[in-house]
Amino acid sequence: MISDKSASLSISVKELTKKYGHVYALNDVSIDVKAGEFLTLLGPSGSGKTTLLMAIAGFNRPDSGGIYFGKQDVTILPPHKRGVGMVFQNYALFPHMSVFDNVAFPLKLRKIEADEKHRRVTEALKTVQLTNFGERGIEQLSGGQRQRVALARAFVFGPQILLMDEPLSALDKKLREEMQIELKQLHRQLGVTTVYVTHDQREALTMSDRIAVINDGELVQIGTPRDIYNNPADHFVASFIGESTFLSLTKSGSDFLSFGTQRISKVPNRRSHKNWLLVIRPERLSIQNSNSRKVKSKLYFDGSIVELVYQGETAIVMMKLINDQIMTIRMNTCSGDHVELLQIGQQQTVAIDKDDIIIIPADAK
Amino acid sequence: MRNSTKKNEYRALNARKLAVAQRRETLRVLALSFPAIVAIFAVIAVPMGWLFSLSFLDSSGQLSLVNYQKMFEYKSYLRVFRATFNVSFLTTFLCILIGYPLAYFLSQAPKKYVGILMLAVLLPFWTSLLVRTYAWLVLLQRKGLINNFAIDLGIWDAPIKLAHNLNGTLIGMVHIMLPFLILPLYAAMRRIDRHVLQAAANLGANPIQAFWQIFVPLSLPGVVAGSLIVFVLCLGFYVTPAVLGGGKVILVSMQITAILEDQFNWGAASALGVVLLVATFIVLLLASRFLKLDSVMFGKS
Repeated sequence: MISDKSASLSISVKELTKKYGHVYALNDVSIDVKAGEFLTLLGPSGSGKTTLLMAIAGFNRPDSGGIYFGKQDVTILPPHKRGVGMVFQNYALFPHMSVFDNVAFPLKLRKIEADEKHRRVTEALKTVQLTNFGERGIEQLSGGQRQRVALARAFVFGPQILLMDEPLSALDKKLREEMQIELKQLHRQLGVTTVYVTHDQREALTMSDRIAVINDGELVQIGTPRDIYNNPADHFVASFIGESTFLSLTKSGSDFLSFGTQRISKVPNRRSHKNWLLVIRPERLSIQNSNSRKVKSKLYFDGSIVELVYQGETAIVMMKLINDQIMTIRMNTCSGDHVELLQIGQQQTVAIDKDDIIIIPADAK
Repeated sequence: MRNSTKKNEYRALNARKLAVAQRRETLRVLALSFPAIVAIFAVIAVPMGWLFSLSFLDSSGQLSLVNYQKMFEYKSYLRVFRATFNVSFLTTFLCILIGYPLAYFLSQAPKKYVGILMLAVLLPFWTSLLVRTYAWLVLLQRKGLINNFAIDLGIWDAPIKLAHNLNGTLIGMVHIMLPFLILPLYAAMRRIDRHVLQAAANLGANPIQAFWQIFVPLSLPGVVAGSLIVFVLCLGFYVTPAVLGGGKVILVSMQITAILEDQFNWGAASALGVVLLVATFIVLLLASRFLKLDSVMFGKS
């Protein structure tokens, strides 16, 4: 093992603000990353997530705010003195050096003696499954292999913090999914505090201990993947992470929210918003057998099927509800589910457990 | 057997039509480039052949090797070739020394200023070579601007010989050759991925280490390309060394002129031209081998 868990550092970002012209790339962002944690910064492109990562690495200077590694204030420390490992989006390997020399570069700068250096590079290459690749040139490697070299180079010198800027975005889907699992395992093995930037919500859900959702330079929500998926804070989070159908609700009386004539739930015990949305995750819906009885713990919606999409392991059914809103249902394709019996134009009823619905305010803040 | 395969070929859907279309397209491309091929033949191949054939004729028009023989017999020829290579080498070296920092500065400057800065590099390019050379003569001569200023300011007491010698030749040639080095070098530096330098810093390299260990090696292809252009251009350079060298620095090009003006000996002049051409080719050949070597290293084949 290259570093043990006790050697990882927490990161604390306090009230960080960075402006480009009149645009806030970061607006008063505060995040605490626990030692040894895998935190993902998730957001669409241009949201400020990379700006935040680059500020942690020291490549851009914020206008105000502070960054702390453990107890050390690193806000104005130049990047080469921060001692964090980083994996860049396009790998940023040194094209004029062999794989071995790339990985040995940080050790050479730290004046590690030859034997020790050799041992550590060999070990790092073994960790990323590139034993015997040391003498190769960078150009002779595939995308996935380059990714691994970049990774080995980032942790070979035992940094207490590892930063990754969309490291898998250049790989094809299958390889990306394999690498996600590998990175997750590597993180567990090294125990190093990791901040990972991605715009891929599935990747964030797969890998993270916690996810920080960033939009328009602001921290929108931070929590475990389960938290964020089940209790999105607002419309942005709910639509960015996972698929959802949004149905607008109306207040009936002062206490209840309804969809059409159907009473959905009590007004949530949150700030007083005027309008509310019902968020429905497509996989939590099921098509109701026409002869089965309705139960109190479920909500039911009637509509006609307007589209059917077969995707292998699942199928998507789109249904037009009474008020012309479209509801998406994701069904398993096992034989018992009878997807093949559905037809466009059919009238159907779908059901969802009341525990599975999400209600969010419709107006932004 | 052959018959049956032929039959199969023609039986395949549209195979024959497609083959004919392919042949037509090839012919069309050839026809379109025909004028260019003729032009190249007329302005390059024919004169070169002429030059070659002239170099094998003695003064009475007989076929002989006397022109080449002389080149090996007289030490002065060797001296001229050596001077040419020395001056070219020095010019190239000085161009790298001055041009590298300049290209680096250009490559790091904010994009909106690059245009103006580039203009400063290119502006002399648009002035006549002769004008620039004589301008240097005005500046560098015994009673020229530079000497007068320096003496007035007390930097040196007596005029320094800046023109009509190697100094003048080098100053003039470096000035004129500099853009040929800077442009390819700037292009190579621009191509260096900014993230690679960030990665070096991230891994613990201070700015000086990052520059020498990462930036410089990655800019080398540009240095090689630029110096090659400069060196080859220097080998045949005439106007500037002739004016600023003042007869003290004799290069191959000047020797050719001298032979033609004094002896009207086309054969000897052609032979010199041929040897210079061959020497240039050898330089390019060696360099291309070196370039290929680093295209393997950098993977830009």
